Amino acid sequence: MLATALVSGLSLGSIYGLIALGFTLTFAVSGTVNFAQGSSVMLGAVICYALAMGLHWPMLIAVPLALVACAIWGLIVERIAVRPFVARGSNAWLMATVALGIVLDNVVMVVFGKEPRALPSSLADDPWVIGTVGIFPLQVLVPVVGLGLALAVHLGMHRTGLGLKLRAAVENPDAARLMSIDVTMLVALTYAAAALLAGIGGILIAPLYNVAYDMGTLFGIKAFAVAILGGLTNPWGVVIAGLGYGLVEACATTWLGSSSTQIVTFSAVIAALVLAPSGLFGGRTKVRV
Amino acid sequence: MPTKLTRRQALVLPAGIAAGSLIGRSVLAAEPIKVGLVAALSGPSAKSGEGITRGLTIAIDEINAKGGLLGGRKLELVRRDDESNPAKGQTAARELIDREGAAILFGGIDSPVSLAIVPLVNSAKVPFMGVWAAATNITRNGADPNFVFRVSAVDVLVDRALMKYAVTKFGAKKPGLMLVNNGWGESNFKGLTSAAEAAGIKLAGAEKFDDKDPDMTPQLQRLREAGADTIILVGNAAPGAQVIKSLQRSAWAVPVVSHWGISGGRFPELAGSWAGKVHFIQTYSFFGPQNEVGKRVLAALMAKYPDVKGPGDVTPPVGVANAYDAMQLTALAIAKAGSTDGSKMREGFLAVDNYRGLIKNYVKPFTDENHDALNENDYVMVRYNGDKIEPVTG
Repeated sequence: MLATALVSGLSLGSIYGLIALGFTLTFAVSGTVNFAQGSSVMLGAVICYALAMGLHWPMLIAVPLALVACAIWGLIVERIAVRPFVARGSNAWLMATVALGIVLDNVVMVVFGKEPRALPSSLADDPWVIGTVGIFPLQVLVPVVGLGLALAVHLGMHRTGLGLKLRAAVENPDAARLMSIDVTMLVALTYAAAALLAGIGGILIAPLYNVAYDMGTLFGIKAFAVAILGGLTNPWGVVIAGLGYGLVEACATTWLGSSSTQIVTFSAVIAALVLAPSGLFGGRTKVRV
Repeated sequence: MPTKLTRRQALVLPAGIAAGSLIGRSVLAAEPIKVGLVAALSGPSAKSGEGITRGLTIAIDEINAKGGLLGGRKLELVRRDDESNPAKGQTAARELIDREGAAILFGGIDSPVSLAIVPLVNSAKVPFMGVWAAATNITRNGADPNFVFRVSAVDVLVDRALMKYAVTKFGAKKPGLMLVNNGWGESNFKGLTSAAEAAGIKLAGAEKFDDKDPDMTPQLQRLREAGADTIILVGNAAPGAQVIKSLQRSAWAVPVVSHWGISGGRFPELAGSWAGKVHFIQTYSFFGPQNEVGKRVLAALMAKYPDVKGPGDVTPPVGVANAYDAMQLTALAIAKAGSTDGSKMREGFLAVDNYRGLIKNYVKPFTDENHDALNENDYVMVRYNGDKIEPVTG
């Protein structure tokens, strides 16, 4: 049972971590988060489905186009639901991002329909089997992609000129502006990157789950819990928290039964935050919400 | 001061009253009898709502073509989407009763929705006809008088049939249960536990899952470790497909016997290549030799719906067949009642003697003690072949 719980937990956990990375990016740079992150998960999966299954375009074209759409969606969220409120010193972006996510979910519901659809993949049809434990190749790919993207985020922040500007904007936005760094554009870019990460999560999970207009809600909520648990500003912490969350979830179901899953998982999150209010891997940065 | 009528007025007035009465009667005769449907018309179980709609429509077309009921009143179907949500179903039922003046309500696939509507119809004294949702306590609800009738499976009987099938077809000695985490799952947990006791076998365990669970391998692994040799599945199409995908992921080729909820949506598409491994229950199959009613209904479906080119395209057959027979039985009840008054219609249902129907020949289908027209002798086991539902052979 342990092996099954590990496989299931690590696979789902890396998806949570991947989506949560988006929260980390925007919070680190702007002190705001996109609560419509779950909708970005859904958008990636739905557009990929529409292009690949509806128009029969090859995945090599469908996936990049879906991710471009997610990035554009991230820019829209920042422009409409974040920037105007932050400029006025208001925290109303909290509600505005939630509301924009609901709008997108409902628009997709009208256009795409309410019925869940399948996005088949050869990576999720023929499992590798060791003893009584089976795993789809896609389930191996998901953590690899998650860890790879966390590494990319880390390297991007610390080894590139753009990352230097981002860190400058994080440290002191006013000083960064004086140094001709376009902080507004950088914040917009992080929103695009956050939505893109969520879109990758949506496309990866779709063949294992299904594609539906409301598929992002639960993933978005769990990813936010993971982001808080991981420390919100620490990409590695968020990824590890995602894996931990997935493992606790799978282990609770495996040993205590499905009725206990949510009780145990969210109790564990609360207990962890009581012990470490800034998250398990959070720094001492003051949280502005 | 009393008003005096002139001689002309005295002659014209009775004639006017008589004419008015005749006009009024003809207006009443032309007024349609509204048949309400509260079902999942969108969402993961949308196919169930479409199947029920088609069954009702074919029956209503037949009844109207013969001149309607109660001296020429035509039947009119008024549909509302409950989105598989009990609160929305309750609101829709209220609206159909209070605003539309529906004479009877038909229900959909979701037992929690029907269970939410039951107290409402019993209080409003409007008959409710279940044509899919199978929770035992929908009809056996304790109300007196009870306005709820059903032409569909009953969980307690389905559970016996599923257990019997698992034992005889797959030699099950220790089945494991995978149940949706709602009232319908609870209803079947009780029924399947009793059925296992009656069959003299022990259950390996009972696991629950939620509609949105993305991975059910942990639950299945618990059953596997507990020695389950067959899985009995109770859930609708989307979560049911997740169970099958999780089985496929675990490479656990255990036989799966399922309640019929999986046939209410896009199960074969969502479950993928293992969909055909699931044997599930229906009340009717349009494959094989058909009685006269079966031939007539299939022909009508093919004439009315371009996507129906043969028996395999009548999906889900259970929705179509149950709804068709239920509508015909309702017409007989209205005719017996001579009215669309709820209490009289209730008596009308109890007074229906015989009906040569699609699923079977009904003899005294409803009594004071039994409001379920179908029983365990009326079930057939089927499986998916592609997206068509075919009887299990061999």
